[in-house]
Amino acid sequence: MKVPVVRNILEANEQLAQENKTRFQEKGLLVLNLMSSPGAGKTTLLERTIEALKDKIRIAVIEGDIQSTYDAEKIAQHGIPAVQINTDGACHLDSRMIQQALKEIDLSALDLLVVENVGNLVCPAEFDVGEDYKVMILSVTEGDDKPLKYPLMFSKSTVLLVNKIDLLPYINTSVEKIRQVSLEINPQLEIFEVSCQNGTGLESWFNWILKRVPHYKGA
Amino acid sequence: MSIVQSIIDIVHQEMARNQVSKVSVIRLVVGEFTAVVPDSLAFCFELITKDTPLEGVKIELEQVPLTGRCRACGKEFPIVEYRFVCPECQSNEIEAISGKELFIKEIEAE
Repeated sequence: MKVPVVRNILEANEQLAQENKTRFQEKGLLVLNLMSSPGAGKTTLLERTIEALKDKIRIAVIEGDIQSTYDAEKIAQHGIPAVQINTDGACHLDSRMIQQALKEIDLSALDLLVVENVGNLVCPAEFDVGEDYKVMILSVTEGDDKPLKYPLMFSKSTVLLVNKIDLLPYINTSVEKIRQVSLEINPQLEIFEVSCQNGTGLESWFNWILKRVPHYKGA
Repeated sequence: MSIVQSIIDIVHQEMARNQVSKVSVIRLVVGEFTAVVPDSLAFCFELITKDTPLEGVKIELEQVPLTGRCRACGKEFPIVEYRFVCPECQSNEIEAISGKELFIKEIEAE
């Protein structure tokens, strides 16, 4: 006997994501879902961003990792609230985990919440957490074939930060190719070429954020 | 893994709702442009359902290729290598009309 179902497999997560989103909007804060493969520079980018913006806006971070509290400790050293989620093996964050973490954050005392997802170029792209924008990092050492290999994340992201461009003289990666293929997958994608090591290009990224923080009126 | 868990949750709900006690097949519709890898999904399902009432249930996947429609000229075409560019007018205003599906179509109950 056939029983018709026709139900979206991700419906439970999407419903919780919508609840999260409503909460964030009520509090008028900007929420970013930061994704990349392991070692692309998510935590370093965050540290740079926090240092540059913490006197202008109020920031908090949710750190997703399979194990360890290493990243949350690093972030907390910058004097902002950081909540660690250990996914116990899961390769991405989902909206339920975010709801748990939100119990430890005072949203009304915030302008920007960054969710640092688990290092992985595949699954995080499929699970909304209620964010305003998905932001991804690709470091040039990963190679220029990555947009074609992991197109879903490039397609769902609003911003692509191409990181570690200070290493370009030593490797055979073409930023032009990354740019071209990424834009074929997602013509609306905003691309910033940066080096979190020496700070190149980060100013435009900071401005991108400030422009989107609802309560920030400019310095 | 959580995709498999979500499938199991929905199947349990549907079994209760339709008063079904045993399922033999779960049929899924999965677009090409999703994070699902069919082999991993089947493997993961096997692992998670071992020693549970859903052990041995067959997963059948209907895969849907990625196709697009050009917003400028209306042309519909298969999207190859994720190039969201119209072959007719070169516009990049392309809307995916299939390939993003991820749902449970039906279950086969005994």
